[in-house]
Amino acid sequence: MSAAVQRFFGSDLWWSFTRSPITMVSAIVAAICILGALFAPVIAPHNPFDLASLNLSDAFKPPAWHEDGAREYALGTDDQGRDVLSAIMYGARVSLLVGLSATAFATLLGVSLGLLAGYLGGAVDGLLMRICDVQLTFPSILVALLVDGVVRAALPREAHDQIALFVVIFAIGISEWPKFARTVRGSTLVERNKEYVQAARVIGVPRLRIMVSHVLPNVLGPVLVVATLNLGLAILAEATLSFLGVGVPPTQPSLGTLIRIGNDFLFSGEWWITIFPGVALIAMVLSVNLLGDWLRDALNPKLR
Amino acid sequence: MFAFVINRILQAIPVMLTVALISFAMFAYVGDPVAIMLGQDFTEAQRDALVRDLGLDQPFWVQFWEFVTNAAQGQFGLSYRLSRPVAELISERAPATLELAFCAAALALVVGVPMGVYTGLYRHSWLSRFFLTFSLIGVSLPTFLIGILLILFFAVQLGWLPSFGRGDTVQLGWWSTGFLTWSGVKALILPAITLGLFQLTLIMRLVRAEMLEVLRTDYIKFARARGLPNRAVHFGHALKNTMVPVITIVGLQLGAIIAFAIVTETVFQWPGMGLLFIQSVGAADIPVMSAYLMLIALVFVSINLIVDLLYYAVDPRLRIGRGQGGH
Repeated sequence: MSAAVQRFFGSDLWWSFTRSPITMVSAIVAAICILGALFAPVIAPHNPFDLASLNLSDAFKPPAWHEDGAREYALGTDDQGRDVLSAIMYGARVSLLVGLSATAFATLLGVSLGLLAGYLGGAVDGLLMRICDVQLTFPSILVALLVDGVVRAALPREAHDQIALFVVIFAIGISEWPKFARTVRGSTLVERNKEYVQAARVIGVPRLRIMVSHVLPNVLGPVLVVATLNLGLAILAEATLSFLGVGVPPTQPSLGTLIRIGNDFLFSGEWWITIFPGVALIAMVLSVNLLGDWLRDALNPKLR
Repeated sequence: MFAFVINRILQAIPVMLTVALISFAMFAYVGDPVAIMLGQDFTEAQRDALVRDLGLDQPFWVQFWEFVTNAAQGQFGLSYRLSRPVAELISERAPATLELAFCAAALALVVGVPMGVYTGLYRHSWLSRFFLTFSLIGVSLPTFLIGILLILFFAVQLGWLPSFGRGDTVQLGWWSTGFLTWSGVKALILPAITLGLFQLTLIMRLVRAEMLEVLRTDYIKFARARGLPNRAVHFGHALKNTMVPVITIVGLQLGAIIAFAIVTETVFQWPGMGLLFIQSVGAADIPVMSAYLMLIALVFVSINLIVDLLYYAVDPRLRIGRGQGGH
């Protein structure tokens, strides 16, 4: 264990990390977001979903530093007297969950199909890449909206509310797999002609096994970078869908839902209900994106 | 040239047919249009009559062929939600979206290209650094938050600009325009900035990167050695050669502008096609959704075609030695 830790601190990756203050700041911000979301039930000052603890007389309290604010509610309260800070922490949980799951789904789908296309070539490759081309012509948010709309139309309302979270994950994942497929296909085309693959083929290793245990480990490097950059996009896509009112169900509000709800009170001057979830969303996405950028540059030997 | 155009159009047909198939499958298999249109009380005979009228008793390929021929003539049936012809609904809303998209694209180009040229030429000036930081924010901010922030400052706090709707419009034939009234122009400003900001930053970064690349080339050095004025070198030689990738991205981004118009129109309650679409998604209004899908596909395919043709106009190398196809 300690040898592994030592190796990590001696690595190029750690060296380039310590050389980039922006990366360190974004790592800290990302860590705060993730820990805050993960431990929301433990550290959040209130439980926004506990109806018994809600008090309507506490509704529309401005942030604590405002003269009308209450110290109890650091970032103010919304129209139902829910603590905005706690709602953000619980909302970030949903946003992160959807973002991570959608990215994992897109990675799984894209890597498998990209590997198949690259290794098998021929008609499989032609068909899969054609689908990629067509799908990449359309912005992914549009694809996600359509998938979500179709599933919504296909299922009865009650059934839809129950699985809405999975529908969103599926819709975002489906809209983003081509990037992974293309990346993996590109590296697979290079790897499949290398000697170790030929050697494996000569001694009669089955095709599937060559793909999974020989080629796959060697094409995963770039996937990590694409996945990190994609995480920010997936979180934004979820927020956009929820903002449009077709994302996660209102019983499990994500940051996008909170922004949409707060948007109704913008004109009456209660800006904090929508602005603070917005700031949290930006902080989360920006820090993840900056980390992704850094990872891309740090893993690229040409830039060293 | 002619063969190239024909080839491109032939490539576009399968894409359109695939999209039509998806649209049609949505029509045919998602939800039960008969149940939706009949409502609560109906007799068996009424039901059968409606099924016959809608042609739902025909085999799949016959129905699909019907759908394609109707779609080609702009007929998409009735909206489930509003019980009006879809074609009518869309043509009513189209001018609002197109005017918004046009303004956003124009804004992105007119501001983005000069900013990109400037940051490419004067890499280390403080203004360039400011532009680059600003563009990072533009890329990371989601569209709807930009809209909300603009509303908060310019509509709620300062009260300068309206926060929703199109203002007064003037009817020119079937086209309703907001350009001709003061309130229409004022209503256009915030949505256009919201929609164009991301594209603006993208174009700026792209032009900057391309300029840095081109300025290193030998012909720029040669042009300088010939003693040409800076202006001729920068704009006549350098900028012109950055245009091929810029045209590609701008063309493809036009599609993104139309897609993100959905978000912008929701924030500003802008009565365009995007708002119609999102209301239809919420209400599972399949005819409107599939018509919108077909329309967007048509727009994307046409844009791709135009982009390919523009390559020919901009890059003389493509005109020589390439008989047909490819780009």
